[in-house]
Amino acid sequence: MAKAAVATKFSGTPGQIRRQRIERIGATAISLGAAFWMLINIIESPDQFAQSAIAGLRNGLIYAMIALGYTLVYGIIELINFAHGDLFMLSAVFSSFFITYWIGADESNGFGWFAFALCLVAVMVFGAVVNVLIERFAYRKLRNAPRLSTLITAVGMSFLLNFIGLKWNGSTPRQWPTVIPSGDIYLGEIRISMLTIWLFLIGFPLLLALNYLVTNTKQGKAMRATSQDKDASTLMGINVNKTIAFTFAIGGAMAGAAGLLYQQSIGTTNYNLGFQLGLIAFTAAVLGGIGNLWGAVLGGLVIGLIQGLNDGLPIAFGQAWSQTVVFTILIIILVFKPAGLLGKVTTEKV
Amino acid sequence: MAKVSVANNVSKSNRNWIRGYTIAGFFLFITYQFLLPWDGLPSGIYQTVNQWMPPSAVNESLVYVIMALGLNIVVGYAGLLDLGYVAFWAIGGYCAGWFMSEFFYFLNIHFFGSVPAGTPGIHINFWMVLIIGGFVCALFGVLIGAPTLRLKSDYLALVTLGFGEIIPQVFFNGENFFGFNISNGTKGIVVVDPSPAGFKNLGPFDAGWKLLLFLFLTAVMVFISLRLRRGRLGRAWLAVREDELAASMMGVPLMRTKLAAYAVGAFAGGLGGVAFATHVNGVYAERFNFAISIFLLAMVVLGGMGNVWGVILGAFVLSWVNGNGLSAFGRVYNDSFGTSIDFTSFTFLLFGLVLIFMMLFKREGLIPESRMKLLMHEGELDDADSDGKKQKAGK
Repeated sequence: MAKAAVATKFSGTPGQIRRQRIERIGATAISLGAAFWMLINIIESPDQFAQSAIAGLRNGLIYAMIALGYTLVYGIIELINFAHGDLFMLSAVFSSFFITYWIGADESNGFGWFAFALCLVAVMVFGAVVNVLIERFAYRKLRNAPRLSTLITAVGMSFLLNFIGLKWNGSTPRQWPTVIPSGDIYLGEIRISMLTIWLFLIGFPLLLALNYLVTNTKQGKAMRATSQDKDASTLMGINVNKTIAFTFAIGGAMAGAAGLLYQQSIGTTNYNLGFQLGLIAFTAAVLGGIGNLWGAVLGGLVIGLIQGLNDGLPIAFGQAWSQTVVFTILIIILVFKPAGLLGKVTTEKV
Repeated sequence: MAKVSVANNVSKSNRNWIRGYTIAGFFLFITYQFLLPWDGLPSGIYQTVNQWMPPSAVNESLVYVIMALGLNIVVGYAGLLDLGYVAFWAIGGYCAGWFMSEFFYFLNIHFFGSVPAGTPGIHINFWMVLIIGGFVCALFGVLIGAPTLRLKSDYLALVTLGFGEIIPQVFFNGENFFGFNISNGTKGIVVVDPSPAGFKNLGPFDAGWKLLLFLFLTAVMVFISLRLRRGRLGRAWLAVREDELAASMMGVPLMRTKLAAYAVGAFAGGLGGVAFATHVNGVYAERFNFAISIFLLAMVVLGGMGNVWGVILGAFVLSWVNGNGLSAFGRVYNDSFGTSIDFTSFTFLLFGLVLIFMMLFKREGLIPESRMKLLMHEGELDDADSDGKKQKAGK
């Protein structure tokens, strides 16, 4: 409900004020705790801190790219697209097969880069087409149905894509050769792999391009209008169906690119990796403020960073608790700041 | 619209089911306990039944029924999406593991337990553990619900999902939980005490008697579901499900009503967890995963949200297909056509398609509840909504 938003304007009931105070104290305590934890670790082992942070940010970039798909779709039709993570998984499998079997590149040379570039285009088209098909055949019919129905359809779609991944990739993880150069460069004592640098060099322009698409083009304007009010945009001559399909297409394309980058950086694919990464990416989207593009990017990087630090630092919970840490963050964010880091507080529409 | 649904659902006396349920239950029990092991039976029948529907599969289905009925209270009655129901199952299971085994070997607490008095560990009577498990889960339901229930539905679903990921991971890594061993980690808590049923302690091989036990627990859940639905709380749940704003205007306390749904649903999850622990004679951490939550949700959706009998049907069918039906069908198919198709790998496809097609074509489930049916098709005839058909017509 919109209690929190109202309470900032009016003084509110004593209960509301108390709740606000508790929330503020809680949020401060948690952020202080996190800062303290990082500080201890920086003092303890600065090199390890930097290295874990870089590894975390690299994952965070991939989370950010997946999170964009969630945030775009949620922004426009208010659907948690559960199938998105599995679309990412399928894209990873697709790019592995594309590069290794269909083109036949297995080392990092000129031909490898050519294969990579071709694959980037192909996998983005693949992701976009699959996502549009999903929207066309499953979600569009349910646009006026209760939320729950659409959500369950999305879960069903996720199972379906999971099945395709299972049949395509096999039930065990697969190793693939990568075509991105794998050397390291040293910044003092800190080792940065070339892979990370290339990932950022490829990933960030994509994010910028997406942002340009949404904020500066006519189609982007149509998207923002549709997300605000579908009926009014129809009256203004916007083809709502086409706009929503376009949103799914660019979300799918981002998931496709993320799939390729993931496959190239990790080198293995597994049919069930989409579920975990999808959840983490959705957490990232919520953390940044769902519906907000830069929020998704920021959220992805933050989640990646925290996860990387938790997995790599000497004083931390360690990899076994990775999921727990991420989902605890999710719950804390939802309890204390449901609008997310960059999201605006909106009142409930009646 | 409202008149019809009231007449169909609320004012009808629904005590009649007990007779039918008892007859069906006893029929099942007699079949599995006495008829199947009987020597006079033609051996073909025994083979067929054991292949298609062994007693353990029926028991497992019943455990799923108990759990699905609990989820139905949250999702079907109160309209709150819960994607982490497996957490309650896990907590219930570990309650059984803690209080009915030798896990805490350094303790020696006995309370009407079913093992000899010298055995180490905590051994509390099965029926009490059921209640303890239920209440511990209800407590967790309230704990997770209290700060989060004011969120919008999607966010709430997400919090439950997170909860459903955290709790199993806590148990999975529980061998060293801040220095304490709370769950034995992946090894699991292996032997759970037999459950006393008055005259006999039901061990691993008493599938027939356990069937009776689970049938009883299911009956309790059905009874609770039906009674609550007719009462004040149930009507409040339906009101919240259908229109939260209108319900709160009519004086329904939203938070308390939703929390009650969470607590009752979680209670059922606890019952199911304890029952499952006795069914498999142990608690295994890797069995509690997200797929179970979705699986239970699929049962509720397939059967018909809000309708107890629909949910029972959905739970029975899906758990049978998942546990025994698909593999049995695969075996028969492969034998008769000489193929070697791995049918169990099609589970994902099957469940995915079931969810999608049910939502597309029969949103209200196999045995729908009439109010739910109206609710599910409410939006379809809306005016200027951006409907695909209308846009096409407009071109």
